[in-house]
Amino acid sequence: MNRIEKTFINNKKKVFIAYIVCGDPDIHTTVKIMNTLVDSGVDLIELGVPFTDPIADGPTIQKSIERSLKKNTSLNDVFDVCNKFRAKNKTTPLVLMGYLNPIENLGYKKFSKIAVQSGVDGVLVVDSPPEESSVLSTVLKEYKICNIYLASPTTSKSRLETIINTSNGYLYYVSLKGITGSKISDIKSIEQNINMIKKIKKNDLPVVVGFGIKDKKTAKEISKISDGVIIGSSFVKIIEENLHNKQRMVDNINKYAVKIKTSIVNK
Amino acid sequence: MKKIILPKLPNKDGHFDEYGGMFVSETLMYPLKELLEAYNKIAKSAKFRQLLTKELTMYVGRPTPIYYASRISKELGSSHIYLKREDLNHTGAHKINNAMGQVLLAKAMKKTRIIAETGAGQHGVATATACAKYNIKCVVYMGEEDIERQKINVYRMKLLGAEVIPVSSGSKTLKDALNEALRDWVSNVDDTHYIIGSVAGPHPYPMIVRDFQSIIGHESKKQMASIYKKKADILVACVGGGSNAIGLFHPFLNDDVEIIGVEAGGYGLSTGKHAAPLNKGKPGVLHGNRTYIMEDENGQIQSTHSISAGLDYPGVGPEHSWLKDNKRVKYVSVTDKEALKAFYYLTEREGIIPALETAHALAYAFKIAKKYKNKNILINLSGRGDKDIDTIARMTQMTL
Repeated sequence: MNRIEKTFINNKKKVFIAYIVCGDPDIHTTVKIMNTLVDSGVDLIELGVPFTDPIADGPTIQKSIERSLKKNTSLNDVFDVCNKFRAKNKTTPLVLMGYLNPIENLGYKKFSKIAVQSGVDGVLVVDSPPEESSVLSTVLKEYKICNIYLASPTTSKSRLETIINTSNGYLYYVSLKGITGSKISDIKSIEQNINMIKKIKKNDLPVVVGFGIKDKKTAKEISKISDGVIIGSSFVKIIEENLHNKQRMVDNINKYAVKIKTSIVNK
Repeated sequence: MKKIILPKLPNKDGHFDEYGGMFVSETLMYPLKELLEAYNKIAKSAKFRQLLTKELTMYVGRPTPIYYASRISKELGSSHIYLKREDLNHTGAHKINNAMGQVLLAKAMKKTRIIAETGAGQHGVATATACAKYNIKCVVYMGEEDIERQKINVYRMKLLGAEVIPVSSGSKTLKDALNEALRDWVSNVDDTHYIIGSVAGPHPYPMIVRDFQSIIGHESKKQMASIYKKKADILVACVGGGSNAIGLFHPFLNDDVEIIGVEAGGYGLSTGKHAAPLNKGKPGVLHGNRTYIMEDENGQIQSTHSISAGLDYPGVGPEHSWLKDNKRVKYVSVTDKEALKAFYYLTEREGIIPALETAHALAYAFKIAKKYKNKNILINLSGRGDKDIDTIARMTQMTL
């Protein structure tokens, strides 16, 4: 059993996932933030790999990526951060989330090999749906890295089946038609869609929900109807607001994460 | 030259061999498949074709003429230069061919809102024009830097009733406008149709835009035969995303004709400041498709430079990447300086002011006209240069 599977099985509460962009404000602080997140109750970390053209991201994460790229954060730096994190933490699953081109540039095999060595457990490539991922997913499988896909309110039933059959680790359900940082308006329809997914799936793939979760109340509601909650833009916003005071940045991330954690329901 | 038979592509998944495809986030898979279905059903029907032909004839002004440029032909040597006058289309460029087709398609799909990205502003103006005519809401994304250098087109779009949204992220040019349009589309998939202006983006766009632009090549073939009793020996067109080029080239791909695409060489290929992915880039994934792109050693998209906003793009339509690899089309580049020289040359000698994009094709064609003997060179005069007057004047320190 890998770290992702273990987390979903052993956790008492529904799983709390945090997303931050690697290298914002700098690599050193990213490691510090990751450790803080874990200390504050985050169960799994999605580490954003910066890319110049993040078409699925809203302004908050775009700006974070731009700050990271200004410091020339490369995939090698991302692996470096993973290694440093893994040196102290052997249990928290680590998922790299980003866009395809930097991975293509490095080469699927080389990427997967270094990722495994750096303690990466899963990969989510936003702009590579199953239709375009057959080669990448074969390589990831070879290296025992979980291949995580998105499902969205516009995903058809037949595609959902394909996505579920090719996913492992968990399914990332995008709560809304939109970009990261938008606001959830309709929890009822999310529940309906998750119920539909749960009916389709033939295995025990956990379904977690991301996009648009900002406050305790929404986190609680979403945790009731899914296997986990992903928060990204809100963490990134705290980073943006405290660029000149890294101690306050880390403290505020801690406070916010603890607050969300308490609102997440038990399994 | 031996007879070439190329396969009919893209395949059903939108691939031109290893290029093309649908590299988009999950939410966009649905509208792309919806569009593909609608395109196959509606746009290929006789009723749609008839309506589009009627509009292109009575509203756009097609067929556009092929003009024999006798003065410069004589001056450059023994070759003959023919210009396919896409600049004479309503709104002044080939972009309207695609905009009319796609707005009609969007109407048939009952979409109530159109979005578009634009670089030089020609596609934005064409889309705003078609939207005004068909009474449909239009939003155009344009990089801040392009807004600055193509002010006239920005004003035209506003007059036509479109909302122009400045894009300040990234390099503030065409690529970033495309990002922002994709983000808008993800957020408004139900009522909105996205009209990409070039043969770029995810499948089915490279195919749809190519099909709507292929009228350029089909007309050219007929006109060369019926008016001039000749066959073109060489086709030349500029390539940014590559829609005017594919429009001219596509109907000729299996013919005995040399085909040349001209990329923006900017300050020169060796300076790194250019927009010539087919010449200097390598395959990667950008804006929903696999194609030649300009990237750095970490796979980050590089910023580009060209004097012409319409060519200032780090990627290229996937079909061009395929045509490069199978060697059917030769891709070369021309610098800002050479393009400018060609701009003046055509303006002064033939009384035609070309767009700066088009001037790249002209510059290369003039070069080979001097070298080759007795060749019929057909150039796609893809757009007129009124929009660039400001840029040219500024470069020559003239105040308008």
